[in-house]
Amino acid sequence: MTIVEPTEAFDPDAESGPQEREKDFRVVGRSPAHHDFVNKVRGTLLYAADWSLPGMIHGRLVRADRASARIAGIDTTAAERLEGVVCVLTAEDVPYNAIVEHASGGLGEVIVEQPVLAADRVRYVGEPVAIVAAADPETAAEAADLVEVAYEPLPGVFSAEDALKPDAPRVHDESQDNVLINWRFVRGDVDAAFADADVVIENTYRSQHVDHAYLETEAGVGWIENDVVTLRVSTQVIEHAAEVAAILGLPQSQVRVIASYMGGGFGGKEDMTVEPYIALLVSRTRRPVRMIWSRQESIQASTKRHPFTMRYRTAATKDGVITGIEADIIGDAGAYPTLSARVLFAGGALSIGPYRVPAVRVRSRAVFTNNVPSSAFRGFGAMQVTFPYESQMDALAKELGMGREEVRDLNHIEKGDLTAAGEPVTTAVLVRETRERALEMLGEPSRPGGPGKVVGRGFASGMQPYGRSIWFRDQAAAWVTLQADGTLLIRSGVTDLGAGQAASLCQIASEILGVPLADISVYIGDTALTPPAGGTFATRQLYMSGNAILRAARKLRDRLAPVAAKELGVPEDALVWADGMVRAASGETGISLPELVRAAGTARVDTSVLNTFHARSGVFDPEAGQGHTFPDYTFGTHAAEVEVDTDTGDVRVLKYAACHDVGRAINPVRVQGQIIGAAAQGLGYALTEDCAAEDGQPMSSLFADYLIPTAMDLPDISVAFLESGEGRGPLNARGIGEPPIGPPAATVASAIEDAIGVRPQALPITPERVLDLLEGGRS
Amino acid sequence: MIRTQVTLRVNGDDREVWVRNDRTLLDVLHDDLGMPDVRYGCAEGVCGTCTVLMDGEPVSACTLYAVQAEAHEIVTLHGWSDPRREPHPLQTCFLERGAAQCGFCTAGMLLTAATMAERDPDAGREEIRHELVGNLCRCTGYQAIVDAVEDYLHADGGDA
Repeated sequence: MTIVEPTEAFDPDAESGPQEREKDFRVVGRSPAHHDFVNKVRGTLLYAADWSLPGMIHGRLVRADRASARIAGIDTTAAERLEGVVCVLTAEDVPYNAIVEHASGGLGEVIVEQPVLAADRVRYVGEPVAIVAAADPETAAEAADLVEVAYEPLPGVFSAEDALKPDAPRVHDESQDNVLINWRFVRGDVDAAFADADVVIENTYRSQHVDHAYLETEAGVGWIENDVVTLRVSTQVIEHAAEVAAILGLPQSQVRVIASYMGGGFGGKEDMTVEPYIALLVSRTRRPVRMIWSRQESIQASTKRHPFTMRYRTAATKDGVITGIEADIIGDAGAYPTLSARVLFAGGALSIGPYRVPAVRVRSRAVFTNNVPSSAFRGFGAMQVTFPYESQMDALAKELGMGREEVRDLNHIEKGDLTAAGEPVTTAVLVRETRERALEMLGEPSRPGGPGKVVGRGFASGMQPYGRSIWFRDQAAAWVTLQADGTLLIRSGVTDLGAGQAASLCQIASEILGVPLADISVYIGDTALTPPAGGTFATRQLYMSGNAILRAARKLRDRLAPVAAKELGVPEDALVWADGMVRAASGETGISLPELVRAAGTARVDTSVLNTFHARSGVFDPEAGQGHTFPDYTFGTHAAEVEVDTDTGDVRVLKYAACHDVGRAINPVRVQGQIIGAAAQGLGYALTEDCAAEDGQPMSSLFADYLIPTAMDLPDISVAFLESGEGRGPLNARGIGEPPIGPPAATVASAIEDAIGVRPQALPITPERVLDLLEGGRS
Repeated sequence: MIRTQVTLRVNGDDREVWVRNDRTLLDVLHDDLGMPDVRYGCAEGVCGTCTVLMDGEPVSACTLYAVQAEAHEIVTLHGWSDPRREPHPLQTCFLERGAAQCGFCTAGMLLTAATMAERDPDAGREEIRHELVGNLCRCTGYQAIVDAVEDYLHADGGDA
C-alpha cells in the first residue's frame, strides 16, 4: 500500500493554535449575543424576500408535471395574453442553456449538462420548463398555469437499484449504465480477511429521500445596477456568480451576487436555486425581479438528501476484532449530477467509520434515476454510512455475545490509524470518551409507561470531515481594517446560514486585536465587495475563514505592534491588546486604538490586511482507491433511550444525549445549538421524514405531510462537548455544523433493537416498519 | 380580478389598501405594507412563520384573505415590541439562551409564546412544547426556545 505524500513541505494548519500570548482567552469561549442574533430576535433582519425595488416584477417557474417525457411543444400564447404578464421565457431564450458540474475525478465519471430550462426532454417531476414574469405574484402563478407543454411519455426509472439493471431505461444518453461515477477505496487483503474470518456479518441498509425543509424557501431579488446584473439571494455559495454569467453569456465582471442572511440552508442552497431564473428575467426585462419558490415547489423539486442502499460485510475474529470490511454503496443521484459525485466520495471515504480495519474494499456509486436530483445535505454522504457501520458493530457484538461497548473498544481508531483511503488521522480521537460521557448523561433507566410498551437504550459514534476534500486545494480570504475611530471593519465572502458564520469571525478578530465586539462591523457574501471565502458548506467556514481571519488579525496586530511599542516606549512583546486599548503588560501605560491608528498614519503604516488562507492539499488516486481525502474529522457519540409501543409500533424518544470533541469551543452557546439542532434533524431523519414518491411523482408536496419534528416530538437533549485542544481550525477548533447529524439514526435503531430484539435496517423507522419487525421477530 | 378597498388596523394604525379578493393577509402585510417581520413559510397554515396576533390570538396570516381581516386588530412582532425601544423581556430571554439560529421562525415563536405566557403563566416545559407545536423550527431543535420561554415565565419579578 502506498500513500501519496503531501506535495507541500509545510503544514498550513501549524499556526492555527493559540500563540503564547493568546492563551488567556477573553472573548473566545464566551457566548455574546452578536448583531445578527439581536436583529433576528427584534425581527429586523432582512431576508432574501424582504427586498423590494420600484417597478419590481415577479417571476414564477413552469415545472414539468411528469418524470420522463419528450417535449413536443410549448405554447405560451395564452400566458402572454394575460393582463399583467411581462414575458414568458423558454429554453431558446437562454443564451447558454447548461449547468455543468465540474469533474470530480472518479472512475468513469460522465459529464452531463443540466439545462437551465428543459429544451427537448424532461427527466424529473418539477424540472423547470419555462419562466413567467408578471406585475404581481398572483398573475405570475396564473400565467404559469396557462403555459401549455405538450409531452410525449418516455419510460422512466425510479430507484437506483432498478437503474443498474441491464435493460433499465437510460436517463442520459451519455451514460450507458446510468452510473454517474464509481469510487473505490481498497487496501489490505480483503479476500484473505473474509476467508480466514471466524464470523462474517452481512446486512443491507437503506435510507430515504429527505427534504432540507428550511423555513425560508428559495428566494431572491435581482436588478441591474451600473450595467451589472445584481442578485441578492438566499444562497450558501455566491461563487455561482460565475455560472450565472456563463448562462447569460456575460463576463464575470457583469454579474454580482450578494448573499442575504439565510433562513436556513443545510446544503439545500449550495447548488443554484433561483439565481439563473431571476438573472434571465432581469437580463431580458431590465427590470427588478423577485422570485420566491413556494413551499410546495420546494418540497417537490428542490434537491434532496440521497437515498443510499448500503450492503455491508464485516469480517471479524471470534474475539471481536474486525479484520475486514466490504461495502457496496449506491446513491440515488436523481436526474442530474449536481453534487452527487462528491457526496458518494464522502460516503465511501467514511464508510468504515471510526474503526481500525486492516482490509477494506468499498465501492460507492452515484446512479441516475428519474427522481428529483439529490445533492448536498448536512452530513453529505458521511452521515448516511453511520447507520450501517454502527449497526454492523452492534450486530457483531450480538453475534459474539459481547457487549456493544466492549466490541467497539477492541476496534476504535486512535490518532495515527488509517481511514478507508489509507490516510492517517492526525488529531486526537476521543471516541471512547465521548461515548462514556453520552451514556452517563442518560442517567437512570426509565420504566415502560404502560402495558405493551418496552424501553431500550442504544448509542452510536460517528466521524464527519470538516473542510473540503483536500484535492480541491481550498482557500478563503478575509480582510480586516482598523478604522480611524478604532472600530474594526471585517469583509469576508462568507455566507451565513444562521450558525453564526459572520459572528464567529468577529469573535476571533476581537480576541486577537482587543477590539470590543460592539466596535466590529462585518460585511459578508458579496462577489463585488468582499474577498472570496468559498461557500458555506462541508463544515468548512470556521476552519477556512476562521483561519483566514485569525491570520489577518495577527498580521494586523504584528504590523501595528512596532508603532504601539514606539509610542509607549516598551518592547513589542510586552503589549496587551484588550478592551479597545494597547497597553504595556505592566499596566502603567497604554494607547487607545484611535490614537494607534493616528500614529500608524503618521508612520505610514497601513491599518488594513487582506489575507488568504490555503488549506492542506493532497492527491487521491481513484484507480488505487488510496490517497488524501479530508483535512480532519470531528468525532462524537450520541445515546438514546426509547419507548416502543408494541401494539402500535410507535417509537418515542424518552432521553437523548450527545457528546462531541470540538477541539475548542469558540462560542459555546452556538456549539450547543449546532449539536442539538443537528440531533433534532437527525431524529426526524431516523423516525418520520420521507419524501415519498410513486414513479417519480411526489405523493404529497404539502408541508403538512412532510413531518419534521415539532416542539412536542423531541425530548430535552443533553449535550456535552470535550475540548481536546486538537483541531485544524482557528485556535484548534474543529467544525461542528455537520458532525452531530450522523449518529441519531443509528442511535435510535440501536435503542429500538435493545427494546424489541430486532434491528431496523431501513429508514425512516415508521410505526409500520416497527410492526413489521415485531411480526418478523415473533414468527 | 375584482379589487376591494380594505381598511386594516395594524399595530394600532388604520391602513387603507386596495387588494384583490384572493390576496392573503400575509402578502398585504409583507409586500403592500412593507412588514418584513411577517414571513412566508408555507401558505398552508402549518409552519407559523407568518404568525400575527388577530384580536390578541396568534393566527397564520397566510391562511386569511386580507378582506377577512377588516375590523380586526392585527399586531405583528414590531407592534408587540417596537424595535426602536428596549426589547421585551421575553426577547431578552431569547437572547440570553441563544434561542434563534437562522431567525426565520423567531417572530412567530415570540408572538405565540407571549400569548401563552399571558394565558398560562404557570406553564411547564411540556405545556410550552405543546403550545409551540404550530411554530416549526428547523435549526434549534426547540430546546433553547423552550428554555427561554421557561426563563421568562419563571423570572422573579417578571411581568408574566
